[in-house]
Amino acid sequence: MANEAVPLNYIPILLFMAIVVAFAVISLLIGSIARPSHPYPAKLTPYESGSPLFSDARVPFPMRYYIIAMLFVIFDIEFVFLFPWAVGFKQLGLLGLLEMGLFIGILLVGYWYAWKKGALEWE
Amino acid sequence: MVPVFFSYFSLVSILAGVLTVALPNPVHCGLALLTLLLHVAGLFLLLNAEFLFVIQIIVYAGAIVVLYLFVLMLLNLKTDERVLHHRYAVILVAAAAICGGLLLMALRSPFQGAKGHAPVEAVLQDGGSYAIGITIFNEYLLQFEIVGVFLLGAIIGAIVLAKTPTAVDVEPE
Repeated sequence: MANEAVPLNYIPILLFMAIVVAFAVISLLIGSIARPSHPYPAKLTPYESGSPLFSDARVPFPMRYYIIAMLFVIFDIEFVFLFPWAVGFKQLGLLGLLEMGLFIGILLVGYWYAWKKGALEWE
Repeated sequence: MVPVFFSYFSLVSILAGVLTVALPNPVHCGLALLTLLLHVAGLFLLLNAEFLFVIQIIVYAGAIVVLYLFVLMLLNLKTDERVLHHRYAVILVAAAAICGGLLLMALRSPFQGAKGHAPVEAVLQDGGSYAIGITIFNEYLLQFEIVGVFLLGAIIGAIVLAKTPTAVDVEPE
């Protein structure tokens, strides 16, 4: 099998993640052992800044959030293509610059459209 | 070492995939989907596909999950609304049949798949993103620009579908 060359560089990251998980688990565990537990209904109710709840949290979100999220995904994908381009920039030269210019130009049209339609306005 | 990680990532992927469609609370389904995507990223890492690994985390685990959560909040689903679960048995049988069929095809397939012309050693030397960049911008130029047009279509589609008509007419004629 060819994939015996698994990146050993990721072992520190794995170690780091193990420490993160262990930290969370251990501190919660110690907390649950050390703290006294005297629950009563008023203590268990959700609260915000000490004031009582006045409505259900599950209300439909405005559509704007969806547009923002969608635009974020699209420009995220633009970044995905920018990254390998930037890494190979010296090798790709002027032609690569023109190719990426065209790509960004196409997406700029979309950005301009979004701007003109007021999709970026919050009101 | 590799088989251990592979078994972990693939087992958790399958489990999280099942939980994504089986959990009653839609937000929990979103979290299960996040787990699934992160473990698939781990599988990419085991295949030395570091670029795909990072992209999987940034685009899928980051952006796509956020999008899904926004849609869940837009739809305002209640916890116990099981729309699709009326014909549970039928769906289960169909899903099992499709999975079994795919597995059979994969195991008995006469096709080996296209052999890449870049060996692992060469890719590791230059770095995966370098190899991908050179390939995209030399061989798959047209496809790359078509992706740009697709993304443009996605922007326009999202705005046309989601923008409320009252807010569009900001500018006077």
